Amino acid sequence: MALLQISEPGQSTSPHEHRLAVGIDLGTTNSLVATVRSGSADTLPDATGEHLLPSVVRYLTDAEPVVGRAALEAAASDPLNTIASVKRLMGRGVADIRHIGETLPYEFVAGESQMPRIHTVSGDRSPVEISAEILKVLKQRAESTLGGELTGAVITVPAYFDDAQRQATKDAARLAGLHVFRLLNEPTAAAVAYGLDQKPEGIYAIYDLGGGTFDISILRLNRGVFEVMSTAGDSALGGDDMDHAVANWMMQEAGISGSAGRGELRALAREGRRVKEALTDSDVVNIELNQGDRPWRGELNVDAFNRLVDPLIDRTLVPCKRALRDAGIKADEIDGVVLVGGSTRVRRVRERVESFFGKPPLANIDPDRVVAIGAALQADVLAGNKSEDEMLLLDITPLSLGIEIMGGMTEKIIPRNSTIPIAKAQDFTTFKDGQTAMSIHVVQGEREMVDDCRSLARFELRDIPPMAAGGARIRVTYQVDADGLLSVNAREQTSGVEAHVEVKPSYGLTDNEIETMLKDSFAHAREDMDARNLREQQVDADRLIESVTAALAADGEELLDDAERTAILAALANLEAVRQGSDLQAIKQAISATDAVTQDFAARRMDAGMRKALTGHTLDEFTSGK
Amino acid sequence: MGITLTENAAQHVNSFMQKRGKGVGLRLGVKTTGCSGLAYVLEFADDIDSEDVVFESQGVKILVDPKSLVYIDGTELDYTKEGLNEGFKFENPNVKDECGCGESFTV
Repeated sequence: MALLQISEPGQSTSPHEHRLAVGIDLGTTNSLVATVRSGSADTLPDATGEHLLPSVVRYLTDAEPVVGRAALEAAASDPLNTIASVKRLMGRGVADIRHIGETLPYEFVAGESQMPRIHTVSGDRSPVEISAEILKVLKQRAESTLGGELTGAVITVPAYFDDAQRQATKDAARLAGLHVFRLLNEPTAAAVAYGLDQKPEGIYAIYDLGGGTFDISILRLNRGVFEVMSTAGDSALGGDDMDHAVANWMMQEAGISGSAGRGELRALAREGRRVKEALTDSDVVNIELNQGDRPWRGELNVDAFNRLVDPLIDRTLVPCKRALRDAGIKADEIDGVVLVGGSTRVRRVRERVESFFGKPPLANIDPDRVVAIGAALQADVLAGNKSEDEMLLLDITPLSLGIEIMGGMTEKIIPRNSTIPIAKAQDFTTFKDGQTAMSIHVVQGEREMVDDCRSLARFELRDIPPMAAGGARIRVTYQVDADGLLSVNAREQTSGVEAHVEVKPSYGLTDNEIETMLKDSFAHAREDMDARNLREQQVDADRLIESVTAALAADGEELLDDAERTAILAALANLEAVRQGSDLQAIKQAISATDAVTQDFAARRMDAGMRKALTGHTLDEFTSGK
Repeated sequence: MGITLTENAAQHVNSFMQKRGKGVGLRLGVKTTGCSGLAYVLEFADDIDSEDVVFESQGVKILVDPKSLVYIDGTELDYTKEGLNEGFKFENPNVKDECGCGESFTV
C-alpha cells in the first residue's frame, strides 16, 4: 500500500488528492529541493544519498543533457559543453554578457534577440533552457520521492534580482513543467527556515556566502511581513574564490606556471576546494599534486589558510557596512544573524561575522539547505496543508499597476513594491456631457506614457446614466490577491452599474524567442497530458464501477430501497457508457455523479459494518479501549 | 487487540512531534471516500476527544475514535522506505481488498 505522512489535525487528504509541494533553491553552484513531510521540512536526497545537485549541465551530441555531479566531473574534460553558474546569466542581455562572459569559458553566440546563447554540441542554448534542465532533475527527484505529481513549487531568487531575472527564472520553471506558487527572496526563505517569521518583530541580517556570490540582506519583520530594508553584495565573490586562492598558493609553492590549460586550472581549483573543506574539521591538510611533469607534496594549516581567505572575507564586510548604512541602522540593532551558503562553514568566516555583528550567528541548520527548507515551508502553506494562515509571507508587486487617463498618460493606482494582497481604489469621472461608456485600460510599468508601459487588459464600463461631464463618479478598484492575480472593478457610484476584469500581471511573455520555445515544448506536452488525463479518468471510472457493483451485490438488497437502487444503477450505466468515449469532462462528471449518489449507501454500509462488529460486545469494552 | 507502533515508527513519530513542538499524540482513523472505499487518516492530535479510545505503544499516545476502531483494530503502524519514498504503513489485519495504489481499501 501507499506510504503515508502525518497530517495536521483535520488536514488528511483523500486518496489521489495529495497536495505535494516543494521548495527549490536554484543556486549558482548547487541546487536543492525540499519538502515538508509529517510536519517537518527537509531536503530530498537522490538515489545515492546526495542532497546537493551541482548546478552544472553538460550537453551531449545525441543524448539528453547530463545534470549534476556527472556533469561537474566532465567540466575539466569538456569545458565548452559543460555549463556551470548559469544563474549569473539569467535575464541578462547580450551587452551584460560581454562584460561577465569574458571570465567564463563558453562560446557565446549573439542571437537575433536580446537573449544571449551558449554554443554547445547540441545546439545554441539559452540560460533559461539550461536552468530548466536543472529544475527538471529536481522535479523528477521530488516526484519519485513523494510518489506523485507536484502541485506546485516555491523557487527562491536573490533579493536583488530584477524583473527580467525573476521572469527568466519563472520561464525556466514553466519550461521544466513546474507550477510556481511564487518566487521567494532567498534571505526571506532563510529567515523562515529559522522560524523568525513566527516572532512578533525584529531586524535580521542574512549573510549568504555561496560558491560564486556574496549577498547581505537586512530584513525587518513587522507583523508577519518581511520587508527588505537593504541588500548589498558582490556578484563575483564566493567560495570558488577561496578555492582559487588556495589553488594559486599551490601553484606558487609547486612552481606551476600561469600558462596552465583550462582543464588543469579546473583540476587545481577542485583540489583547492578539497583542502578548504577539509580545513573546516582539521587544523592541517596534506596536499599532493600529480599534474604536469613535476609532482608536488605539501601541507596547509589553518593559520596559513586564514591568511589566504582573510582578504576575501574583508571584501564581504564592505557590503555589510554598506547594507547597514543603507538601512540606517547600526550593527548592534540587529536582532539576529543567519548564515547561508556552504562557504559559511569555513570557520574563519563564522569568527569574522560574529565579531562584525557582535553576536554569534544562527548556524544550526545546514547553511547549504536552509534556503530550500524555508521555501518548502512556504510551499506547504501555499499548497493548503496548514490549518490556518499560520504563515503567509506577503509578496510585493514588482511593477506599478496603473490606468490610462486622458492623453495617453498613466495614473498609478498600486505603486511598485506594495505588499500584496492589496486593494486600492481611485475615483474617475466622465469627460463629455451625456457620456454613457468608459473604456478602462489596465497597464503595468513605471513610465509616464501608456505606450511605454505594458498593456494588461482593456474593458468597458457601459450603461452609465447620461450626465453632465464630470457628474459621474466612477470608482475603479485594483485588487491583487496573494497569488499575484490582479482583478479590476469599475463601478459608477450613483447608478451602481459595474464591470470587472481579471488579469495576471507581470507574466506576459513578450520575448518572441521564449514564446516560440515554450510553444514548442507545449505542443507535444499538451497531447501527452490530455492523453494521460483521459487515461487516469478511465482508470478511476473502472475502479468506481467495480467497487460500486461489488457493494451492490453484497448489501444492495438489504440497505437500499428500489428507488435508490435504480438511481445508483442508472448512474453506473451512464458512467460505463461515457467511460468508453474520450470526453474527459463527461467522464469526470459521471464519476462525481456516481460518487454523489452512492454517498448515503457508503455511510449506511459503514454503520451496518460497525453494528455487526459491535454485536456481542459491551460498551465498556470500547470505552476502556481493551 | 488494539493499535501498536513498531519501534521504527515510534522513533519517527517522536522526532516529528518534537520538531512540531506541540501535540498530545497521534490520531489514527478511517474516513469514507465516495462509494465503498475507506481511506486511512493519520494526523497529529492537539486534543483528546471525550469519546476517543487511547492506546499507548512505544511511549506514543495513539487516539482512535470508536467508529474507526472497528476497521483498524489490530493494526500495527510501521515506517518503511520504498526506493526514494518513505513513510508510514498500516499493517491492518481487517483489510480484504485495496485499490490499485493502496490508498483506499475495503473491509
